[in-house]
Amino acid sequence: MIRFENVTKVLGGNAVLDNISFEVGEGETFVIVGLSGAGKSVTLKHMIRLMQADAGNIVIEGEIINDLGRKALRELRAKFGVLFQGAALLQWMTVHENIALPLRELTHTPEDEILRLVDEKLELLGLADAGAKYPSDISGGMQKRAGLARAIIMSPKIILYDEPTSGLDPVTSRRIDDLIVNMRKKLGITSVVVTHDLHSALSIGSRIMMLHHGKIVENATPEGFIRSKDATVQSFLESQYITRKGKWEEFSHE
Amino acid sequence: MRSAQRTGGQVLQLLHDTGHALFMLVEATLFIRNVFGKRSRGEVITQLFITGIKSLAVITVVALFTGMILALQTGLELRRYGQEVYIGSAVAVSVIREMGPFMTGLIIAASVGSAIAAQLGTMAVSEEIAALEVMSINPNRFLVMPRLVALAVMMPILTVYTNILGILGGAIVGETQLGVSVQAYMDNATEFATNKDLYVGLLKAFIFGIIITTVSCHQGLMTTEGAVGVGQATRRSVILSFLIILIVGYMITRLFYI
Ligand SMILES: Nc1ncnc2c1ncn2[C@@H]1O[C@H](COP(=O)(O)OP(=O)(O)OP(=O)(O)O)[C@@H](O)[C@H]1O
Ligand SMILES: [Mg+2]
Repeated sequence: MIRFENVTKVLGGNAVLDNISFEVGEGETFVIVGLSGAGKSVTLKHMIRLMQADAGNIVIEGEIINDLGRKALRELRAKFGVLFQGAALLQWMTVHENIALPLRELTHTPEDEILRLVDEKLELLGLADAGAKYPSDISGGMQKRAGLARAIIMSPKIILYDEPTSGLDPVTSRRIDDLIVNMRKKLGITSVVVTHDLHSALSIGSRIMMLHHGKIVENATPEGFIRSKDATVQSFLESQYITRKGKWEEFSHE
Repeated sequence: MRSAQRTGGQVLQLLHDTGHALFMLVEATLFIRNVFGKRSRGEVITQLFITGIKSLAVITVVALFTGMILALQTGLELRRYGQEVYIGSAVAVSVIREMGPFMTGLIIAASVGSAIAAQLGTMAVSEEIAALEVMSINPNRFLVMPRLVALAVMMPILTVYTNILGILGGAIVGETQLGVSVQAYMDNATEFATNKDLYVGLLKAFIFGIIITTVSCHQGLMTTEGAVGVGQATRRSVILSFLIILIVGYMITRLFYI
């Protein structure tokens, strides 16, 4: 579905992605973890051609996307729904208008149908009361959920989530996790999730890939990831109180 | 050698940016065919309103006082020869030909243009522009076109307003300070100011409107590097607009009056 072949990207003199290759299969929930600045967001941006690789190929559904023309690019992007790290809602529109935007701008859906679809998404994401508010008047977590509603309104095949649960309370985080899982189970949607939250990564991911200094240090199933021998992965796991045995350990802080 | 290379690089960058800005302008212009479409209508009206209202107070004050200053300066000079009545034409011609479009342009660049650069810049750094691109909503249609229409339409209208107030300011000074009756002032003004002056002035205003939109939208959309970048984009948009307005204003005057 999504394949990176020896992709390199240099930004500001640093190889942010250094010759990386990986593949995301159809219907997978592929999780990318890594420290801040590891290149996770950059990786996502390459999938939708918001950034272009300096070397290597990116293949989406069998098609190399490096040199797509305008029309092909539009078709490529129509396959994706994207939740940006900062939600990226338009500040001068209400939450409702933001979610309706792709429908209004790109389709001829009748207005009453738009209202119905948007209300359905608001309901699904627990935003029923926030529709009439502006992004600046709701919490960061609510903005995230509104961004997610916008990302799924066009029923994309692939959804990219850039830190969907960061800044959310644990209860809401688990709800978002459930949502991501349901998208795959019910609709067969392929997801790529960037997260810092290992608990969520382990519970929703079909594979987990860790980036470090522009390289892939691990790419495995959740079980395999926990058992990884790589020192970077180990310290990342330990930082979130997960050890190789896959059990919660009691860590004391004296 | 090194510095020659750097200058070369800067020139290339400048050409690249200019090309980019012109491409944006052309594309936004092509989208004007959608101006009354249901997707753009609302935003166009909003932008017209913002452009018209936002700077009205400043324009009023600046235009009035510029007219007053012009009248006073030239009037005091002319009084030495007993020709005070000529302030009518002195004020009217210089306001309609040059000062009106020029002042309106500078004020709009500083108020509306800087706001456009700041808004689009903020959108760029918070990935809202990227989000639009991913949704295949063309920013040149969605954001640039309505602003282009608003400024191209409002600049001439505001310039007429500036002209009227500037001439009015001159009349007030004539009446109160120089003993030139409003009637005599207006007669003198209409005798010397031509339609050509007015049309050339309005053409300038129209072109300044396009310049301001192009510069400020381009600076905004190109913004990187967070809040600092937004500040830089805003500042650059104002300075660049000022410079280009000056140069282009001069060229238009030359074109029509030599
Ligand atoms: N447009 C850009 N220009 C220059 N450098 C960039 C750009 N975008 C990202 N970078 C750099 O690339 C590196 C990786 O950035 P990226 O946003 O992918 O990190 P990340 O893994 O998503 O981190 P975080 O968890 O903090 O979001 C960083 O060092 C960043 O400074
Ligand atoms: Mg990131």
